Amino acid sequence: MDNAQLLISGLANGCVYGLIALGFVLIYKATEAVNFAQGDFMMLGAFVTIGLTNTEYMGLPFWLALPISLMIMGALGYLIDRLIIRRLFGESQTAVVILTIALGFVIRFAAGLIWGHEPQTLQNPLAGKEIRFGGLVLGMEDVAVIVVTILLTWGLYVFFSKTKLGLAMQGASQNQLAAYYMGIPVKRVQGFIWALAGVVAGIAGILFAAKGSVDPTTGLLGIKAFAAAVIGGFGSLPGALAGGLIVGVIEPFASRYVAAGYSQIAPYALLLAVLIFRPHGLFSQVRVKKV
Amino acid sequence: MNEPILRIRNIESFYGPIMAIRGVSLDVHPGQIVSILGANGAGKTTLMKTVSGVMDPEKGRITFDGQQIQGSEPHKVVQKGIVHVPEGREVFPLLTVDENLSLGAYTLSDKGQIDHDRDLVFSYFPVLKERRGQEAGTLSGGQQQMLAIGRGLMANPRIMLLDEPSLGLSPLLVQEIFGILKRLNDEQKMTMMLVEQNANAALELAHHGYVMEIGRIVMDGAADVLLQSEDIQNFYLGVQEEGARENRRWKRKKTWR
Repeated sequence: MDNAQLLISGLANGCVYGLIALGFVLIYKATEAVNFAQGDFMMLGAFVTIGLTNTEYMGLPFWLALPISLMIMGALGYLIDRLIIRRLFGESQTAVVILTIALGFVIRFAAGLIWGHEPQTLQNPLAGKEIRFGGLVLGMEDVAVIVVTILLTWGLYVFFSKTKLGLAMQGASQNQLAAYYMGIPVKRVQGFIWALAGVVAGIAGILFAAKGSVDPTTGLLGIKAFAAAVIGGFGSLPGALAGGLIVGVIEPFASRYVAAGYSQIAPYALLLAVLIFRPHGLFSQVRVKKV
Repeated sequence: MNEPILRIRNIESFYGPIMAIRGVSLDVHPGQIVSILGANGAGKTTLMKTVSGVMDPEKGRITFDGQQIQGSEPHKVVQKGIVHVPEGREVFPLLTVDENLSLGAYTLSDKGQIDHDRDLVFSYFPVLKERRGQEAGTLSGGQQQMLAIGRGLMANPRIMLLDEPSLGLSPLLVQEIFGILKRLNDEQKMTMMLVEQNANAALELAHHGYVMEIGRIVMDGAADVLLQSEDIQNFYLGVQEEGARENRRWKRKKTWR
């Protein structure tokens, strides 16, 4: 029973890691650059929503604030690509990586200036409610996190496999040159991917802020999510989610059965093991190009 | 003869500081197949990329159907009806055959048209229909080439730019694919600009041929005339001339890579 409880709360954490990891992979696949500000996007999404809903700020109704903050995050992702990243088109990947690290710092300080450095929680209708069945006591937020992640995953799956834009995004990430030849406006598609990564980070942030508290340094969680993405196989969307879930589940079990401090070490130990024994990640899509 | 659909005038393109095309002019008439022959590094692929908008020319004009298109974004060029089937196939490896074809039609939105084009592609390449659910990266080289051509057809183009469709394929497959290109030209009146190193196959197929050498066009003529030409026979078709002549012309002194 104890284990089931641990599993559920681990899964709920893992969903948040997974969603951030998803953002990493989305951008990596589309542009071959790693956006190290992804964790800070998540934090920003959380604070934007807090700023819209919490009574000490704007106090909008929760369900109205959600779409607004997701739109803001999407627009932000798009604009960052449009105004900053695209300027570096043709520069080395390192330049883009450093730029995103700097961007992370900027977002962190900006959030600190606007919302302060104290931990804050998102006021939401689910807070404090519980679901009991069998002997399990589940926080309503944990359940919501898992349900939303499942829905989002399904939504993304449908989007990528069934819609024209989704297919074009896949194509542009698999073979950029061919995408150009097919008349796909690759740069615009990449802008949409940044927007999508912003929205996903926003959702992750809302979920995170609903089940715990955020402060401007929360974005550093992105490093753990990055580990999750690598464990899952960088470049595979299902892998990123699975990696997130694995990391999320490992943490509580490590601190329960090994020792308290090990919950922080376990994900990185797993990362090392994966890199040694399966360097492409657990769920990688690797294929040799035929000539 | 009717007006050329594609008219290239004095195009110059650079790879950084290197001048890859040094003033090329050529015409493609509707319904024609035009072959461009030349060794590696002659600038054939660069010429194709310049037409399809992946590279921008420094100088010169490209006119398609009366409109100037030099320096346009690639997706604008595709919308006008020029599709580029790139060298080395360049399929989307993790997408299925069907999805690859769908992306070929990215610039179209009429569903009836797209379905019609898909049926057309399957009628010319039945093997693609058999494997429509398979990931393109798992196809054989020949099938990938067929997919690349089929994907190009899905854009419902008015002219296809085909870059080395014979690259890395067995002679039998080359024959099959060139046969299909011939049928596409006969039955669908598809206009094609074909870049090839396989001069024999290309000239058999084409109506008109151009020979490129280090960024310039050095020769052009009707395909059957070129096939009979001594220079072409010596340098591209590997026909040995009997008896040496006194006056060696400049072409014969060239070294070939």
